[in-house]
Amino acid sequence: MSEGGAPLQLEDACLAYGPRTVWSGLDLTLEPGEFLTVLGPNGSGKTSLLRAVLGLTPLSGGRLTILGEPARRGSRSVGYIPQQRLVDPSTPVRSRDLVRLGLDGDRWGVGGRSPRDRVDGLLAAVGASAYADVPLGMLSGGEQQRVRIAQALGTEPALLLCDEPLLSLDLRHQHEVTALIDALRRERGTAVMFVTHEINPVLPYTDRVLYLAPAGHAIGTPDDVLTSERLTALYGTPIDVLRSRGRVVIVGGDDDHAHHLEEVDE
Amino acid sequence: MSLLSAAGLGGVPQAVADDWWTRIFNFADYGELLGLVQHSLVAGAVLGLVGGLVGVFVMQRDLAFAVHGISELSFAGAAAALLLSIDVMLGAVLGSVVAAVVIGLLGTRARDRNSIIGVLMPFGLGLGVLFLALYPGRAANKFGLLTGQIVAVDSTRLSLFLVIAAVVVAGLLVMWRPLTFASVDPDVAAARGVPTRALGIGFMLLLGLAVALAVQVVGALLVLSLLITPAAAATRVSASPVVVPLLSVGFAVTSAVGGILLALGGSVPISPYVTTISFVIYAVCRVLGDARTRRGWARRAAAGEHEGTIAP
Repeated sequence: MSEGGAPLQLEDACLAYGPRTVWSGLDLTLEPGEFLTVLGPNGSGKTSLLRAVLGLTPLSGGRLTILGEPARRGSRSVGYIPQQRLVDPSTPVRSRDLVRLGLDGDRWGVGGRSPRDRVDGLLAAVGASAYADVPLGMLSGGEQQRVRIAQALGTEPALLLCDEPLLSLDLRHQHEVTALIDALRRERGTAVMFVTHEINPVLPYTDRVLYLAPAGHAIGTPDDVLTSERLTALYGTPIDVLRSRGRVVIVGGDDDHAHHLEEVDE
Repeated sequence: MSLLSAAGLGGVPQAVADDWWTRIFNFADYGELLGLVQHSLVAGAVLGLVGGLVGVFVMQRDLAFAVHGISELSFAGAAAALLLSIDVMLGAVLGSVVAAVVIGLLGTRARDRNSIIGVLMPFGLGLGVLFLALYPGRAANKFGLLTGQIVAVDSTRLSLFLVIAAVVVAGLLVMWRPLTFASVDPDVAAARGVPTRALGIGFMLLLGLAVALAVQVVGALLVLSLLITPAAAATRVSASPVVVPLLSVGFAVTSAVGGILLALGGSVPISPYVTTISFVIYAVCRVLGDARTRRGWARRAAAGEHEGTIAP
């Protein structure tokens, strides 16, 4: 790990596609081991932010550095957990193969001896040893996400990017996966950037929230950002934030549907 | 009903049945014939190696339909070459590489890809039929392009065949790891800096070359039997990244060489033998794989295997 830089630093970062500005003036420094939750409706630039951090989309302005170095495609300092995607049961790839691809899948050739100890260690760290040799497509959604976390940790990243990793998981598995990510970031000091449209499963672990919205963005602790005043200002339309038994319910103006900011936005 | 009763009464004349049998299986003068098809046997074995390896990625990338589309355009290229009196293999290579690159460039998403293949395939087949209709030569040559022929590869073409095969195998070995990553896990592969799009196009090129080789031996209509069936059979019984390619190559070589050896005596085209062997292998693997799944391959196989070694 190179010194002299935060796991992620954004300085006056701006991203625009042609005349449309997705977000601008983004200033953010993540500390090692910090858990940042990125919220916002569809189209607010959550995915664009992930792509920028991964070095897949260049910024339109400002600076984005990882451990002090500009974001770069294929950086081993960034681990990536993609959206849950169905894997065909007949795809010939086992849990351990997926983890191994995360270690050396970017190198040319057929690959020599398998770094078996490393793969076993990673699978053990996420509690997936029991199904190391099971084809990925035969695992449950929660099990697949555990394997994906092991894969993302393979390069010992300073920053772990999670792109809606809870999608299509049931409540119990949502809880397991988020608890696992939380435990790993505390143990290893890996900063986490967790993109989601559903705050409640990650609320207990969230240090700070980055809320991307049509009329700007807000950064701060969940208590600071998730208030009726802040969100109303961000959306430019009345929003109510209700709290009940430690859960947050965001209700958009005249629309009574909870959780569906996307609908409110459109 | 009528067929059954006729058969029961011995309605199919014995002589006709015998005739069918000797046309399909006839091992008289086998030793002499074997000498004549040495080149084809070498080509068949090499094609098995190429087809078995390519098939692994065809399965991973869900390209079965693309293989079929490419082979029809390869057929059109070969038919054009026949008509213009240039090397048929050259025509086949040209046709399939053009088709493969077009499909690779235009069809990055599966749905786009399938519609492009659906558009290209009948066009290619139509062109091929046109060229064959215009070709004044022997009908056997024409039929051979579609259903394969046993002496397709003579000594002069064998070297070109081997060179193309070597290019495909070498290309696959170089791209193996990143191509696997890009095929089974495209999002993470892209994030890790794997050039997924370039690899996709590169693989389509190699696939085009492999299809052109297969068209020479089994014919355009039956390319799938060597480029898909062996790999599909292998993935039924294993998910290991080492075992699957090895099994796939073994199955493809068995089908190709076995098909040629069986076809030698008969007077029907080579392809029914190849396709039947490869189908039987697939059927057996499927039964074995299903049995394994029922016994609990899916659930905690590792633990089960360890117990298995201890328990009687």
